[in-house]
Amino acid sequence: MLTIRIIPCLDIKDGKVVKGIHFENLKDAGEPVSFAVYYCNEGADELVFLDISATLEKRKTMKDLVRNIASNISIPFTVGGGIKTVKDILMLLENGADKVSINTQAVKNPKIIYESAKKFGSQCIVVAIDAKKIGDNFWEVFIESGKVPTGIDAKKWAKEVENLGAGEILLTSIDADGTLSGYDIPLIKAITDTVRIPVIASGGAGSLEHLYRALVEAKASAVLLASLFHFKMVTISYVKKFLSDKGLPVRL
Amino acid sequence: MTGIIHYGAGNVFSVLNTIERCGEKTCIVSKPRDLLNVDRIILPGVGAFDEGMGYLEKNNLVDALLKEIKKGKILLGICLGMQMFFEKSEEGELKGIGLMKGCVKKFPENKNLCVPHMGWNSIKLVRFSDFTKDIPDESFFYFAHSFYTLPKDKDVIYGVTEYGLEFASIVQSENIIGVQFHPEKSGNYGLTLIKNFLRMS
Repeated sequence: MLTIRIIPCLDIKDGKVVKGIHFENLKDAGEPVSFAVYYCNEGADELVFLDISATLEKRKTMKDLVRNIASNISIPFTVGGGIKTVKDILMLLENGADKVSINTQAVKNPKIIYESAKKFGSQCIVVAIDAKKIGDNFWEVFIESGKVPTGIDAKKWAKEVENLGAGEILLTSIDADGTLSGYDIPLIKAITDTVRIPVIASGGAGSLEHLYRALVEAKASAVLLASLFHFKMVTISYVKKFLSDKGLPVRL
Repeated sequence: MTGIIHYGAGNVFSVLNTIERCGEKTCIVSKPRDLLNVDRIILPGVGAFDEGMGYLEKNNLVDALLKEIKKGKILLGICLGMQMFFEKSEEGELKGIGLMKGCVKKFPENKNLCVPHMGWNSIKLVRFSDFTKDIPDESFFYFAHSFYTLPKDKDVIYGVTEYGLEFASIVQSENIIGVQFHPEKSGNYGLTLIKNFLRMS
């Protein structure tokens, strides 16, 4: 049986983790590779690395980092942040990333989704959608790290990225993000009802019950977690045990 | 020496890396000549059926591959690599390699199932092989695919997985092994499979 997925997310700036748990037993608390190995051993199903510096000068750092992560873990990982061209995607995949996450550029130039899915396969193209509630049953897509409104309906955009060949959607609620008050369940449900590709829920998780609701009520295939782990509230194995006890299929 | 066939699109690195982590030498195969010095061959898979077959044909790798297999070298096909073993695919127009009889089909439309089938799913072992030695029944492996294989000869099916329907997740016919999941991304059990593969020849 296909399991639900627990995916820790690490924000990277200039080659260092800027958001993450500072475990005492990790020698280099800021080293992405140490985090990656730790999470992998803890039972993470996948990992996501978002390069929040993502300027041209930092590309070299990212390339080395991706290579280093790939050499040290044996679970899939996604890399996102600042991807502009199919060539950027090729560089990340060639260095060992399993998937790439495209956000702003996908909106500015949707062709990149089609072209990269055709070249590398849908399974490695994740489109990240940051959405904010504007009205009744209407969520607007924002780009540039959630700063710039686009006027686009998130449901329509989700359908379009699926048609263009995206293999997965990483959906973040701007309203809920960082609040720890729970996922935007109606938003996630609106998207999972619209598309057939897997949806990863992100933004707002503050308790284990929140995760359960996103996976069961809103039918997300996976949950992305940063703050929950960041504030040392829970461990991955504890999360998985909880969900398993509630009857969800998990990889223990 | 393990030869890994390179398609020019992505993820050879993780396969290569995993093999080297198991203490084995690797080389990239992009033309028939590269196959001569390898002991075993991996046909990884990322991308679409026609792109993969097109690449193999353009570089004369189909015949070269068949020749090496006849000599007894072991071949491991991963994901699309396994799908290309078969005669044809609903994903493309080109013919497959034809190492195994049968075809590749798309997961049926079903509102409750996401496609691609993406994530960790379990494998029921239906036949024993040295390849699956030390792998407990119903262990989890990482899948990422929208098509599955339908072997004509059921004897080649060694492992099956449930996703809306039951499909072949491990196939084997003598020195030809195919896996629908990604052992290189499947944690410790994935590594065990790779090590078993390396020990088989």
